[in-house]
Amino acid sequence: MAIFIGKRLISLVLSLIAASLVVFFVIEVIPGDPASFMLGLNASPETVEALRQQMGLNLPLWERYFNWAGGLLRWEFGTSYTYKVPVSDLVSDRIWISLPLALYALALSTLIAFPVGILAASKRNSPADVGIMGATQLGIAVPNFWFAMLLVLAFAISLRWFSAGGFPGWEEGFFAGMKALTLPAIALALPQASILARVMRSSLLDTLSEDYIRTARAKGLSRKQTLWRHALRNALIPVLTIIGLQFSFLLAGAIIIENVFFLPGLGRLVFQGITQRDLIVVKSVVMLLVFAVIVVTFVVDIAYGIADPRLRGQRR
Amino acid sequence: MSDVDASGSGQQNLLGAALKSPSFMIGLVLTLIFTAGALLSFIWTPFEVDGVDIPNRLKCPPVQEWIWGLNFPGWGTNWFASWRCASAPQYLLGTDHFGRDVLSMVMVGARTSIAVAVVAVGIGIVLGVPLGLAAAARRGSLLDEIIMRTNDLVFAFPALLIAILITAVFGPSAVNAIIAIGIFNIPVFARLTRGAALSLWTREFVLAARVAGKGPVLISFEHILPNILNLLIVQGTIQFSLGILAEAALSYVGLGAQPPIPSWGRMLAEAQTMIAIAPHLALFPGFAIVLTVLGLNLMGDGLRDILDPKLRREKR
Repeated sequence: MAIFIGKRLISLVLSLIAASLVVFFVIEVIPGDPASFMLGLNASPETVEALRQQMGLNLPLWERYFNWAGGLLRWEFGTSYTYKVPVSDLVSDRIWISLPLALYALALSTLIAFPVGILAASKRNSPADVGIMGATQLGIAVPNFWFAMLLVLAFAISLRWFSAGGFPGWEEGFFAGMKALTLPAIALALPQASILARVMRSSLLDTLSEDYIRTARAKGLSRKQTLWRHALRNALIPVLTIIGLQFSFLLAGAIIIENVFFLPGLGRLVFQGITQRDLIVVKSVVMLLVFAVIVVTFVVDIAYGIADPRLRGQRR
Repeated sequence: MSDVDASGSGQQNLLGAALKSPSFMIGLVLTLIFTAGALLSFIWTPFEVDGVDIPNRLKCPPVQEWIWGLNFPGWGTNWFASWRCASAPQYLLGTDHFGRDVLSMVMVGARTSIAVAVVAVGIGIVLGVPLGLAAAARRGSLLDEIIMRTNDLVFAFPALLIAILITAVFGPSAVNAIIAIGIFNIPVFARLTRGAALSLWTREFVLAARVAGKGPVLISFEHILPNILNLLIVQGTIQFSLGILAEAALSYVGLGAQPPIPSWGRMLAEAQTMIAIAPHLALFPGFAIVLTVLGLNLMGDGLRDILDPKLRREKR
C-alpha cells in the first residue's frame, strides 16, 4: 500500500510540474512579449518597459518559471494588471462561489443518478428501464448552458421562484446563497447525472451477472435482497471513480454556467481576464483549475486502490 | 488484409443489422437531416443569413402565434406572457432582433458546428492513432511511456481550459476552437488505439506476419489498423458529438467562431439577453444542438452493436 501511494505521489508531483510548465510556456513564451500584448498597440515603450519590470520579464526564462512556480506554492500568483490587487485575493473571493457550485451540482447529480440507475438495472428491459435509458440519452445531448437558459425561462421569468442571476453573497445567509446556486447547480448536474445513471446501471448489471450473485440467489435470497446486500456495494467502485472524475468536469463546467447566471466566480474572472488581456489572472486561474483536476484524480486513484486491493499492483 | 475478422457476416448482414437497429436508424436520420441542412445552406437558404429586415424584427414562428391563439386558461397570467407574439408567415422559425431569419441562421450554424467538429476529430485521429500504434508496437519502451504520460497530462486539462489558454494567447476564432477541441481528442484516440492494438499484437496472425519478416510499422498499418477500424469509427462518432457540444459551449462564451460566422452557440448567447421578450430565439439553436448530438450518439451506439458484436457491452 505504501509503495502504491508513493508511486502515485511521484506521478502526482510530476504531473503538477509538467502542467505548470505547459501553462507557463504557452502563456509566456509563445505569444512574443506578454507586456505589449497586455497593453495593446497604443502603449508607449516606457509603459511596456515598466510592466516588463513589474512582471519580471527581463529575467532569464528559467528564473521566471521558478519565481512563478514558487509563488504558486505560497499561494501568491502575482498582481492582476487590471484590478491592481493580488490575484490570490481575487481567487480567494471567487472560489467560494465556484467550489460550492461544483459540489452542489455533484451532490445533486449523485442523488439523481443513484436511484435512477438502480431502478433501471433492477427492472432491466422493462418500460421503466427503456424510458430511463432514453431520458439519459437525451440528458447527455443537452448542453448545460442551454438547459440553464430554459431553467431561467421557466423558473425565473415565468414562475418567478428564483432570480434569473446574480449572487447575494454568503453574508446574506446560507440559504439565500444556496438558493442563488440552485438553478445553476441543476443545470450543471443534469448531463452528469445522465452519464452517472448509465454507469450505475451498467456497473450493477455487470455485477449481477457475477458467480457470487448466482450463489446468493441459490442460497435462497430474493433478487431484491441480492441487489441491495451483495451487488450494490461492489457495483459502486466504478461509479465512485466516475464521480471523482466528474468533479473536474463540473469545476470546468461551472466556468460556463457562471456566465449564464452572472455569478461572480472563477469563470467570470477568467473570461474578464481574457477580454481585458490580463494574462496574469488567466494564467493563475487556469493553473489553479488544472491543479484541482490533477489532485482530485490523484485522490480518486488512491481511494480506488484502498477500495480494490487488486488494482494496487497494476497501472491504469 | 484478409485477416479482418469476417466471422461469416458479409456486407448484406451488416446492412440488415443496420436496418434492424432502431437507435442506428434514428441517429442516422437525425444526422442526415442536419448534414443535409448544412450542405444545402451552401447553395440555398430561405433568406440571406445576414439579411436585415428591421420592420419584421423579433417575429416569432407562426406556430407559436397559433398556439397562443388557442387561448388556454392561464395563458394571460404572467406565466406565459412572454410567449405572446406576432409572427410573419414567411419566417418559419421567426426572426431575431435585426429581423434576420432564424431558420437560415440555424442552417448555416450547422455548417460551422459540423466543420469544427469534423476537423477536430480529424486532428484526433491523424495524430492520436499513429501515436497509439507506435506505443503499442513498442510496448513498455521509453517511447510508450512518454506517449502515455503526455496523454495523461493532456487528459488532466479539461478541453475548456485548453481552449481558454489558447484563446487567451491567440485570440478567439473558429480555428483556435478547432485546435483546442482537437488537442483534447488526441489522447482519446491514442489510448483507444494502444489498448486495442496491444491485444492484437498477441494474436497469431500478427506473429505470422512477424515471422514473414514484416516490420512493426508495416504490421501496424496492414494488420492492426484494419482490425481496430470499427472501434475508431464508433469512437469517432462519439467524439464528433462531443465536439459539437464543445464548439457550442466555446462559441457561447465567445471563444469560438466570431461574427459574422453564424454558430449555434453564439446565437444562444445573443438570445440570452432577449430571453424574456423573445424566447423562441433561445429554443431553436438549442433544439438543433440537442438533436444533432442525440443523433450522433444514437448512431454511435447503434454502430457499436452492428460493427462489433464481440465488443458489444452494456450500453453506457
